[in-house]
Amino acid sequence: MTFLDVRGLTVRTAEGRVLVDDLSFSVAGGERLGLIGESGSGKSLTTLAVLGLLPSGMTATGSVELAGTQIVGATERALTSVRGRDAAVVFQEPLTALDPLMRVGRQIAEPLARRRGLRGAALRDAVGDMLAQVRLPEPERVSRAFPHEISGGQRQRVALAMALACDPGLLIADEPTTALDVSVQAEMLDLLDSLVRERGMAVIFVSHDLAVVARVTDRALVMKDGRAVETGTVHDLVRSPRAEYTKSLVAGARRLEAALDLRSPR
Amino acid sequence: MTPVLELRDVALRHRGSAVDAVQDISLAVEAGHSLALVGESGAGKTTLLRLLLGLARPTAGTVRFDGAELSLRDREQMRRFRRSVQCVFQDPYSSLDPRRRVGAVVAEPLRSLGIDTRSSAVPKVAAALDRVGLPADAMDRYPHEFSGGQRQRIAIARATVCHPRVLLADEPVSALDVTTRVKVVDLLAELKQEQGLTLVMVSHDLSVVASLCERTAVLEHGHVVEQGDTAQVLGHPAHPYTRRLIDSVPRLPA
Repeated sequence: MTFLDVRGLTVRTAEGRVLVDDLSFSVAGGERLGLIGESGSGKSLTTLAVLGLLPSGMTATGSVELAGTQIVGATERALTSVRGRDAAVVFQEPLTALDPLMRVGRQIAEPLARRRGLRGAALRDAVGDMLAQVRLPEPERVSRAFPHEISGGQRQRVALAMALACDPGLLIADEPTTALDVSVQAEMLDLLDSLVRERGMAVIFVSHDLAVVARVTDRALVMKDGRAVETGTVHDLVRSPRAEYTKSLVAGARRLEAALDLRSPR
Repeated sequence: MTPVLELRDVALRHRGSAVDAVQDISLAVEAGHSLALVGESGAGKTTLLRLLLGLARPTAGTVRFDGAELSLRDREQMRRFRRSVQCVFQDPYSSLDPRRRVGAVVAEPLRSLGIDTRSSAVPKVAAALDRVGLPADAMDRYPHEFSGGQRQRIAIARATVCHPRVLLADEPVSALDVTTRVKVVDLLAELKQEQGLTLVMVSHDLSVVASLCERTAVLEHGHVVEQGDTAQVLGHPAHPYTRRLIDSVPRLPA
């Protein structure tokens, strides 16, 4: 069953410049889709449009249907009930995604209280449970910490816990590991993969890195200059890219990987 | 052969801190043998780079340049040092002065080292821009008119305009997209080849390290846990931490 259906999505600036151009794709319940492209390709704007979160001045036309709700042109009130319940997002930079003045535990408690109506001891237990699920060490300490007191990888786990707290049907992860070290990235990707699998959640995973996308999704859409240039399984895209742009992406990734293979054969 | 740059038993403790940021570091940068400093955030990579640049003084041990201890008071030595050792930073959006035209940005080392006047710098700036693959008319434009990859080229042109022997680069390609990253890696390889430039590169991207550096030192918690030829370190890692770093690199599906 289609969970998210995007048809002819076009995003324009106030001056009328087209940043996302006639984009169509769909994600079934529990399915995972990668959005691949460089900075400025429109991949992040696409995810913001799906959540009705476009920056002021930008307008979306076309159709974005999320779990049966039309997002394009929806009122803020309608959007509020969709966000969190149907789709939640993890952004690239966890430091700016978390409130610097609020303890981590309270930030996770907020969506739990709102969505599940939990209070008091039940809420405290649920927060502890979420921290354990994203495998944060010393959940007691982390819960009382402010965002600046924990590491980047831990902050990103907190952001993931907040997104999962609402138990959304679709998780949007926008470059969630780009700001992290490689070994932290590897742990984070494994964690994301297993948590999403347990919940049967649909995922849109945004990245400029083919190898990272390949760790999480089976199918991917390649974007350039606001348009979809190619879509297919990650396997096919890597093995036999058709569009010129995808070819250059794969060639670039292969070049770097070959240098590593030469020094450090698998 | 005397190393161009050397750290001998170096430690650095930040003011007010109870522990050393880096400890027991001995590293040598020899001409023609580019060195990678590999490790995760907080491992001390950037601290080492600051020591090698003479921007920080060690609390123990010595930093040596051409065999002599680097003394920040010795103006004659510092002039030679600044001419020989230049640097490129990670984020090309914050490393270029937005109010100055690219020509003035790239000419800066020539002017501040007293090598050239504004007019005599022009042909050298044009040549430096040409080496990094930018047109000469880039001189009259401002940094914001360029993309991230082009800005990093401008930063490399600025660092190489006075023909340094060593280029210290702090994560020079991590802020760039994959296709742009490959092009900047190619450019650095070309500069190594054609200008005889030796790189000292801080990076957490092992594929970039493997592409550019003959030698690799792996840092963990302020210590060098392993160093040697890149092929040896990455091909037959002796330390479990190095092994873990290598295993963490995401790979394309076979």
